[in-house]
Amino acid sequence: MSIDLETAARVARLARIRVDADALPALAQEFNTILGFIEQLGEVDVDGVEPMTSVTPMRLKRRGDEVSAGGMQDKVLSNAPDAREGFFAVPKVVE
Amino acid sequence: MADLNRMTIAGARDALRKGELTSVELTEACLSAAEAAGALNAYVHHTPDLAREQARAADARIAEGDAPAMCGIPLGIKDLFCTRGVPSQAASRILDGFRPEYESTVTRNLFEAGAVMLGKLNMDEFAMGSSNETSVYGNAVNPWRRRGDDTPLTPGGSSGGSASAVAADLCLAATGTDTGGSIRQPAAFAGITGIKPTYGRCSRWGIVAFASSLDQAGPMTKSVRDAAIMLGAMCGHDPADSTSADIPVPDFEAMLTGDIRGKVIGIPSEYRMAGMPDEIETLWAQGREMLRDAGAEIRDISLPHTKYALPAYYVIAPAEASSNLARYDGVRYGHRAALAQGDGITEMYEKTRAEGFGHEVQRRVMVGTYVLSAGFYDAYYNRARKVRTLIKRDFERVFADGVDAILTPATPSAAFGLGEMAESDPVQMYLNDVFTVTVNLAGLPGIALPAGIDRQGLPLGLQLIGRPWEEGDLLNTAHALERAAGFVEKPAKWW
Repeated sequence: MSIDLETAARVARLARIRVDADALPALAQEFNTILGFIEQLGEVDVDGVEPMTSVTPMRLKRRGDEVSAGGMQDKVLSNAPDAREGFFAVPKVVE
Repeated sequence: MADLNRMTIAGARDALRKGELTSVELTEACLSAAEAAGALNAYVHHTPDLAREQARAADARIAEGDAPAMCGIPLGIKDLFCTRGVPSQAASRILDGFRPEYESTVTRNLFEAGAVMLGKLNMDEFAMGSSNETSVYGNAVNPWRRRGDDTPLTPGGSSGGSASAVAADLCLAATGTDTGGSIRQPAAFAGITGIKPTYGRCSRWGIVAFASSLDQAGPMTKSVRDAAIMLGAMCGHDPADSTSADIPVPDFEAMLTGDIRGKVIGIPSEYRMAGMPDEIETLWAQGREMLRDAGAEIRDISLPHTKYALPAYYVIAPAEASSNLARYDGVRYGHRAALAQGDGITEMYEKTRAEGFGHEVQRRVMVGTYVLSAGFYDAYYNRARKVRTLIKRDFERVFADGVDAILTPATPSAAFGLGEMAESDPVQMYLNDVFTVTVNLAGLPGIALPAGIDRQGLPLGLQLIGRPWEEGDLLNTAHALERAAGFVEKPAKWW
């Protein structure tokens, strides 16, 4: 399995990370090194083995479907790069 | 009393309770030491005002009697922990300026027990790294140097600032977190003790997430006793973390009897790596002898899937990271890129994340994105999760056969020079965690403690791995090994 430039560009796009075209060859090379290392997993016989979902054999707890916190709009917005009139502000999304 | 900053938690606690010193004095000594240690770049945000206020409150509480063990103890806190009103940016540019409105459960537990925070400590960006070289704050430096050589060495990673600060006595102890070895590898590189507890022992709430099924917090300390005391204060059930274990926390310190007669210690043949320095092989053999002399039975065991732990980790951890780090979008907190005319929301995401994430973080997010993408999910991610099941089963088998703890080297080398791995491919750096990563994949407790000095004068560590939830028994075995090893060396002060 080898990652070509097109795949590297697609992965960067999926990850929402801008990668300049001239940086793609080095990135693809790094992916190939890491994936080459991961390929070893193909040697393992995993027939009939369940994929792990929880490392500790515990049931996830449930809680009542009740509001436990809230009413702190100012705190929620206090770290926003751009907050206006009680909202997070972002560039135009809908044309 | 001179050099108060060199005290252990246990020593300081006893002296505080007897009224022989105050937390204010102890805290001032640590603040001065931290202030003077800029060359180590261990502290990245100092919080002296908060520290003094907490120390005064601790002294008042101690004066009233009935103060918990951690009351008045000055600590450094890894930058991964969200601390209310104090910069908490996981050593990343993308969290530049972020000041949480809330307190992580672990730091809240420590503060409620009366602990004092001196400041935030350096680390690899988002805890992704083994040398503290991916930090936006620059490298943390190990106080240890090779004999007759000024080359700056890595304190390990990702909890490199924590290791450096504890080893250089810039605090009494520090918090760390460990996803693949990030407490134990730096502890070994800096000649200190670090324990990663069983997955679920410490709440992950308020700790910036890297790989949620692997992340655990733990103490980094100057002794096993201190690790027992501080771990007890950090852990406990938390309704805010659904994976936090709702089981009682025993008095770990009370379990340090040093008596390990009849305990069975497993020695896994798969941890004998080709190319491992003979000094580490020798140290491991000495560790076996020490535990045998203390009355334990040493037994050769096999953990056949060990070889596949690192490749499985480098699927699972990036996959979870790509999901966890999706939240850094330039909308709710941290950095947002300056946008060009006509840029929409996608450009905002892409530019923000390209500017805000460092190279290693970008690489891991993209690898994670790839292994989770359509067509590769089964081949990579599901296969890795199946291998993880087999790795855990290896441990379950040996524990079912009566093994109480497993002894291994902590790292495949002593601390290396900063920049020495710059030309290597990423996989070479990943090999640092070869002995520690199995423990995260299996959710087990593991402790690294200093056990010897190599020819170059650098500390070397051994690791003990315990049964799930039996940190107390594990700490007791570590305590016996610590006594036998008698490691007392400290780095010569140059900073």
